[in-house]
Amino acid sequence: MRVVIAEDHFLLRDGLTRLLQAHGLQVAAAVDNGDDLLAAVTAHTPDVAIVDVRLPPTFTDEGLRGALAARATVPGLPVLVLSQYVEQIYARELLTGGTGGIGYLLKDRVLDGAQFIDAVRRVAGGGTAMDPEVIAQLLDRSAADGTLGSLSRREREVLEMMAEGRSNTAIAQRLFITERAVAKHTTSIFLKLNLQPSDDDNRRVLAVLAYLGR
Amino acid sequence: MEGGPHTGDERNAQRLRRGRWAWIGAGADAAARGVAFCALMLAGFCLVLALLLPLFLAGLGISLLVNGPDHGGEGQAVAIRVAPFAGLAVSLLLIPAIALGMRQLAILTRRLCGQWCAVSIADPYRPAPRDTQLGLTGRLRWRLGDPAGRRDALWFTVNASGGWVLAAAPGGLIIYGLLCLLDAGRLDAGRWPLQQGSLLALGNHPRLMLFAVGLACIAFGLWAAPWLLRGYGMLARTMLAPSGQAELALRVAHLAQTRSDTIDAGAAELRRIERDLHDGAQARLVAMGMTLDAAGQLLDDDPAAVRALLAEARESSVKALAELRDLVRGIHPPVLADRGLAEAVRALALDTPLRVHFTSELRGRPPAPVESAAYFALSELLANVSKHAHAAQAWVDLRHHGEMLRIGVTDDGSGGADPARGTGLRGIERRVAAFDGVLAVSSPPGGPTVVNLEIPCALSSPKTTSC
Repeated sequence: MRVVIAEDHFLLRDGLTRLLQAHGLQVAAAVDNGDDLLAAVTAHTPDVAIVDVRLPPTFTDEGLRGALAARATVPGLPVLVLSQYVEQIYARELLTGGTGGIGYLLKDRVLDGAQFIDAVRRVAGGGTAMDPEVIAQLLDRSAADGTLGSLSRREREVLEMMAEGRSNTAIAQRLFITERAVAKHTTSIFLKLNLQPSDDDNRRVLAVLAYLGR
Repeated sequence: MEGGPHTGDERNAQRLRRGRWAWIGAGADAAARGVAFCALMLAGFCLVLALLLPLFLAGLGISLLVNGPDHGGEGQAVAIRVAPFAGLAVSLLLIPAIALGMRQLAILTRRLCGQWCAVSIADPYRPAPRDTQLGLTGRLRWRLGDPAGRRDALWFTVNASGGWVLAAAPGGLIIYGLLCLLDAGRLDAGRWPLQQGSLLALGNHPRLMLFAVGLACIAFGLWAAPWLLRGYGMLARTMLAPSGQAELALRVAHLAQTRSDTIDAGAAELRRIERDLHDGAQARLVAMGMTLDAAGQLLDDDPAAVRALLAEARESSVKALAELRDLVRGIHPPVLADRGLAEAVRALALDTPLRVHFTSELRGRPPAPVESAAYFALSELLANVSKHAHAAQAWVDLRHHGEMLRIGVTDDGSGGADPARGTGLRGIERRVAAFDGVLAVSSPPGGPTVVNLEIPCALSSPKTTSC
């Protein structure tokens, strides 16, 4: 699997490269600004681009705009956006379009290498990887206005992981339950929230996020 | 200040609606008010004279000393010489009370000018010094040292020597007219006219003349009264409003106040950041270093323990990062830097556990400090709404119009918010005051609460985002 990295801090760029290589991924290019990112993705057509939100020259949301521009140039390009902080509005911008292959994670997540690589592979495979903190923010809000009152505690846990973009298999592994139990929970959640059930992980994420972000 | 003229205008408009004879009522009203102003002037002038009393008594005392009375007993002569000085001492002691009384009269005049003449007059006095523990002498120094007090005294003097004519004229005319009418009636009875000076009554048709003149005076008095009252108000404004110098002094005082507030707030903020770093990220990094050191020592003997220690170190680093993130968010929210006020507020609205309806009409970005102040003010306001208002929904409106950034926050909660009690609203007020911004709160019991913020500023064009 080939990856393009856009990250302006040398230490982090270097660390990311080594982390990816250690897990058997190939780093096609590692650049430090938005313009080079665009050039790199058109030149290398990688399986996934990992982009820092803050990039020169503006050091604002250059990376986010670069990622969206890259997806416009190379349609369907999976992009994983890393940031020192996560914001719901940015998550929404990334998810608009709804074609999948989107990730939005805190930089802290690279500290857990295995989890991070899992997220990279998921995004590269056209899936979604939303940071638990984005989901937590969404859930807090929904909990406050009582929309999730009908869910049991286990169902809320499943909903949380589902919203992060995890597959039933991954959820089952994490919660130490069978895949069938997870499937039962998801059906129940979709029924209670009055959502159209779907087996496709990605469509499922978008439906849940759209529901929470109303 | 603005309340007076408006209510006056409304009252006049109501009167106009009542019919074509309404001007009579309005005139009588205005004439009576003019007379009331005269009474006020008289009281003020008495106080001015009272201020001059010590001078007079001192002069009297000296003249008595130089050529005192020769007649009478020795004791009586001494008493007569000492009396003026005793009076002088007493009157000197009374000066502060007189000055304060004059100030109250001036304040009353200003208020009545607003309510009765539709002429609003700003308060020219210096604000109270900042020490809350202001002693009696400090209080006196603040009140008496104010140059606006001297202008008050000048006003009462000028008023007494001519200004009062404006206020009293309609009343005088009306009374004169009434006396003429009364005279016309009394001529029949063959008694002397009430007014010895009614020379007009000596014509060929004395009754007709008296009647006509009386009616004319009353009508003119009633018609002119509102105009003259307004003129009187304008005259009062020339002397009771803050002078250019006083306005500057007030402005300087305001600036000094807001500057020191800003510095205090900045210092407090820095202390908070220092404390947060010290107790948070810094401590965690130290712990991480120690954990890693311990892991290094166990490396050869106990790989299992090392694994646990490394996991612990990683946990510490995650927590340190989370704390740093929260800290940064509190200093300057990243979305605000990235996208500007409107988007940052949109993000804020998403994070608030309320249904927030957000509208923005900002075509550009305010200067960064204003943006930041407005953002934190809004953040505090929304936090207040979700904490105290028992509201389900809130409406946030951002717009920029006429060099003024306007922010409106409305909620459907229980109301009863009081800026005087809540430190939160006070803090917001202080924060925006540094930019000459103002905060207005309307929160009747039972709601809804409407908070409006206005900060004067220009917008930069949307293309030039800050770097």
